[in-house]
Amino acid sequence: MLTIKNLRVAVEGKEILKGINLEIKAGEIHAIMGPNGSGKSTLGNVLAGKEEYEILEGEVFYEGEDLLELSPEDRARKGLFMSFQYPVEIPGVPMVNFIKTSVNEHRKFKGLEPLTAGEFLKLMREKKEMVHLDSQLTNRSVNEGFSGGEKKKNEIFQMAMLEPKLSILDETDSGLDIDALKIVAEGVNALKHPERSTIVITHYQRLLDYIIPDYVHVLYQGKIVKSAGKELALELEEKGYDWLKTHTL
Amino acid sequence: MTLTANKIALSEKYTALFHANRAKLDEGSSDLLNRMRDIALKRFEKTGIPGFKNENYKYTNLTRVFDKEYQHLFEYETIDVDLNEAFRCDVPQLDTDVVLLVNGWYYAKNQPLTDLPKGVVIGSLRQVANERPELVQDYLNRQAGLSDDPLVALNTAFAQDGFFMFVPDNVVVEKPIQVINLMRSEESVFATQRNLIVAGKNSQAKVIFCDHTMSTCDFLANNVTEAFVGQDAVVDVYTIQNQNNQANSVNSAFYKQGANSNLLTNMATLHGGLIRNNLNIILDGEHAEAHMYGMSFTDKKQHVDNFTNVEHAKPNCMSNQVYKNVLDEDSVGAFAGRIHVVRDAQKTNAFQRNNNVLLTDSATMNTKPQLIIDADDVKCSHGATVGQIDEEALFYLRARGIGEADARLMLMNAFAHEVIQEIRVEPLRDRIDELVEKRLKGELSRCHSCDKN
Repeated sequence: MLTIKNLRVAVEGKEILKGINLEIKAGEIHAIMGPNGSGKSTLGNVLAGKEEYEILEGEVFYEGEDLLELSPEDRARKGLFMSFQYPVEIPGVPMVNFIKTSVNEHRKFKGLEPLTAGEFLKLMREKKEMVHLDSQLTNRSVNEGFSGGEKKKNEIFQMAMLEPKLSILDETDSGLDIDALKIVAEGVNALKHPERSTIVITHYQRLLDYIIPDYVHVLYQGKIVKSAGKELALELEEKGYDWLKTHTL
Repeated sequence: MTLTANKIALSEKYTALFHANRAKLDEGSSDLLNRMRDIALKRFEKTGIPGFKNENYKYTNLTRVFDKEYQHLFEYETIDVDLNEAFRCDVPQLDTDVVLLVNGWYYAKNQPLTDLPKGVVIGSLRQVANERPELVQDYLNRQAGLSDDPLVALNTAFAQDGFFMFVPDNVVVEKPIQVINLMRSEESVFATQRNLIVAGKNSQAKVIFCDHTMSTCDFLANNVTEAFVGQDAVVDVYTIQNQNNQANSVNSAFYKQGANSNLLTNMATLHGGLIRNNLNIILDGEHAEAHMYGMSFTDKKQHVDNFTNVEHAKPNCMSNQVYKNVLDEDSVGAFAGRIHVVRDAQKTNAFQRNNNVLLTDSATMNTKPQLIIDADDVKCSHGATVGQIDEEALFYLRARGIGEADARLMLMNAFAHEVIQEIRVEPLRDRIDELVEKRLKGELSRCHSCDKN
């Protein structure tokens, strides 16, 4: 589904990703872990199409297509979804309009008719329940006045509405208490499907107690220094990232 | 000719015009208006057409529009205007009582408004001043006459007619009154419109001014509106400026508010050439509230300048200003907001905010707050921002599959939303929302044959 080959990326002249190689097949869950500043979020942002990054070298193929050539909106319409680490507040854009436009843009891209008002509301109700999102929140502007936990739930809610093929969860666990963490994980697990893949970007292991990865990669100083099964996460938790430094050097 | 000499010559042009047409001016108006002319002209002559050096007009070069040759209509022109034709544009078709003014004159064939509450008078200022001077004389020029703005004096010198509204004490006018100001001519026209609104104690009224053009000529309007908002009265005044881009105007409004009164003004500028709006409010009774909102959407060479001047003359009053501008292409915007808290106007709450989005490198915005506070127990704040579209928000929307153009539009709408949501007439709010969206999409028709823009 996703193939990253020797990806090197700079921000404002500074090289952040120094040659990433990654292969994600349909149905797999990959965790990318690493200390702060290792380039985890940069990887997520580059995949989602944020523009301030300079691609120095490398290729990214998504379902056989050159991902880096696509606009962010086309990536989204083709089934790539990023749950933002810091979802932005957009005062004046009502949640309902936003979600509706988003869903219908996805449908249009697939050649489907827009949902009727009734269908849309039904879908929204269903998905809101799934992530236990407070009903009132969808009456507000996008993320406006949401708590940290609500913002993250709102990301998973959008993910549930859009049913993406490849989801990138960028530090979705940060700032969540254990109950919210469980709800978010449940939402992600409920969407699990042999045709869908997930990249979980996280600093801590605890989210991986609830979303069980098939592979764990450790990103350190812009490179994947170690890849293994889910047991690697536990090892990291136990020994800390310092263990990695001595281990790799 | 030097700049100064040019400015003098320009001012003399209007003085000469006045003297040459004095008899016609008087004949086409009413004694109440006529008797103010000489003093006003003298006042105008003191300063003349304000140039750049006039601090209040530093962002707007008016000489270029006052310098052109215009036709002046000193008597009522008998013409037929099809109201349906006026509505061919996107004028909101609300459930309102509609009156029409053409080139500053109250249209003689306006249907009489029959369903007005008892005692409410709506009509031609000239006519009411002649027939019922008692309704006019205590108010006319009582606020505007105190202004040292030469253009207000110029209006007073030349004014012959305009919109008049009187609401007696304790009367609620449920239906909004919609005043369509049409500029219509085959030649360039200079218009001087004088409006007067008197809302008695504990009365309520809503007025919607819609400024339109029906031809593509150069227009210049130098308008003055005075409004007296009585004690405990609630008054809303909405203005939609949607003229062709050759239509220039200076609109000076003066509001005087009594104790416990509540005033809301909302100025939406969509299309037009050079526009200068002066909003003067005096809070002249305790616990009065003034809410002032404005938004403008400009492109090409449009120039929109909003100037506000709020005087807190009594303690315990509240004023709040929110002005927003979206500037595209080579357009220029300005906002200058003055708040004056006079001595002993304690417990004043006065707020002011001006937010602007520049869509191009060549668009310009000038913004200037001015707080003069002579009391020591007040809460006053002001803030101004000039920026671009929020890139983070734009990316967020695009990352959810919303195309870039649509995402931008959503964000611009959202920016204006804060001003739109304050409109207290729900159908009007929906209409303006629609108009703004159309304007942002570039779909808003600029009245007929405005393709020339």
